[in-house]
Amino acid sequence: MTEIGTPMANVTVRGPEAPRNLEALDPVFTVSDLSVFYGDYEAVREVDMLIGNREITAMIGPSGCGKSTVLRCFNRMNDLIPGARPAGKILYHGEDLYGDHVDPIEVRRRIGMVFQKPNPFPKSIYDNIAYGPRVNGMKGKMDDLVEQALTQAALWDEVKDKLKQNALSLSGGQQQRLCIARAIAVKPEVILMDEPCSALDPIATTKIEDLMQQLARDYTIVIVTHNMQQAARVSHRTAFFTAEVDDKGVRHGRLVEYDETSRIFTNPTDKRTEDYITGRFG
Amino acid sequence: MAVLSTPRSAVELASKGRPVKEILFRTVLLASLALALIFLIALLTFVLTEGWPRLDARLWENMPSIRNPEIAGAQSAITGTLWVISLTAVFTIPTGIAAAIYLEEYADRTRWYNRVIELNIQNLAAIPSIVYGILGLGIIARTIGLGFSVITASITLGLLVLPIVIIASREAIRAVPPSIREGSLALGATQWQTIYRQVLPASIPGIATGSILALSRAIGEAAPLIMLGAVSFIRFNPDGIFASYTVLPIQIFNWISQSREGFHVLAAAAIVILLLILLLMNSVAIWLRNRYQKRW
Repeated sequence: MTEIGTPMANVTVRGPEAPRNLEALDPVFTVSDLSVFYGDYEAVREVDMLIGNREITAMIGPSGCGKSTVLRCFNRMNDLIPGARPAGKILYHGEDLYGDHVDPIEVRRRIGMVFQKPNPFPKSIYDNIAYGPRVNGMKGKMDDLVEQALTQAALWDEVKDKLKQNALSLSGGQQQRLCIARAIAVKPEVILMDEPCSALDPIATTKIEDLMQQLARDYTIVIVTHNMQQAARVSHRTAFFTAEVDDKGVRHGRLVEYDETSRIFTNPTDKRTEDYITGRFG
Repeated sequence: MAVLSTPRSAVELASKGRPVKEILFRTVLLASLALALIFLIALLTFVLTEGWPRLDARLWENMPSIRNPEIAGAQSAITGTLWVISLTAVFTIPTGIAAAIYLEEYADRTRWYNRVIELNIQNLAAIPSIVYGILGLGIIARTIGLGFSVITASITLGLLVLPIVIIASREAIRAVPPSIREGSLALGATQWQTIYRQVLPASIPGIATGSILALSRAIGEAAPLIMLGAVSFIRFNPDGIFASYTVLPIQIFNWISQSREGFHVLAAAAIVILLLILLLMNSVAIWLRNRYQKRW
């Protein structure tokens, strides 16, 4: 049994050096009163949160609490699911992401995404990286761009001699770093990561976590994770989601608590957060 | 399978006679397969022995003759078949792929008209080929006025196998994992870029295999072409898409209905040629599938 205020065993909490409060944060996304519907079903209800610029924001919570659903609203990937429909507002630098004039293609170019299972294209390593710049008609020397993206994703040294090889020949961890490099290559501002390490072994996970730390200098990162230690290790802020059953017996995902990671893990204000991080449920 | 509770002795684990049923079941399955194979082998042996005396260069060097089975050949039918089938491929493959892309990537299955289209494509594949012959005669040959020509035959055969191409292409497109589409779209690619640069290249082997098998079906069709004036006796090769023509199945049919024995031998030899063309096409399909098969 862990008391409130006692850090979890075996977890180093790495928050921002100087604690900042939410009011002082420079928001990339401003989420207000966001609900997401699949048909008539309200999967996520009334989420309010801010995502800070060049910070790592983690979203944690039990399965089915809507954290991935919220993440997929940030680059409008939910548009691809028939019947999915957000209500409320997500502002991206003050502009409504779901506004009538907004082109989802343009949104996704600026807000990249890395998925749960590494999904390299069945092409060469080089072509995987070059694909994004090509479809976006980016100018410049492709070779340099590829090298730059792979270097940033800490993969260059491992693959520089086999750029023509099929990307599927890489290991799972390398494939995931390739997917990160692929996302970086289109020079996005934000990288969304949907449980990027859940299919990887611990060593590959460590590499990706180190990579996230480095990337956070240039990019805003939002990560959904099932792994609380991971959230504690890498993120500056943590949002805790859970599923709630309403009066009619329907489950909805809710945002319970959102704060600096150090505070969520050492001094949560909500009982449910405390129960979750101490392992009493979920 | 029985759930093992802790056995008191090894005797409880002893066989209870299940292997007999297992073996029986396997034998039935194998026998069914053997039935199909035996008939195929019997057919091949029969046409080979029957047609052997005439399986020589005269068969593809000479034109048909009514009077003289000894020197008659099937050149006009072979070239006619190649003409018709190539043109059929030109008509049916792009159309079939395009229709499959629409159904798999764009059609919203919650709309009733898309469900109606889907259902009817399944139905189309089951329509007897002679009905297509009547359609070709009424609309393509007469109303549009293309007459009894290679192009009429190709369009008709194209329509006949179009549902097969669509269904095969849909399977191939569906086999491309959704994660590839998501990965592409998440990089800011448009839907068309995603289809053209990711989905199609990954599904080409499946589409090619399905299309070749569909064309193999078209090559053996005689019924609709009887309606479409594939002339059974023609002594020249088609010289364009509007030329008169004959095809192997029609030529074979014609020879078999002759009374003289020499023509029957000729028919058997022509069947061997037709089977060789089919075998070649199917081998290409298998080779394509193995060569370019993607493992995800």
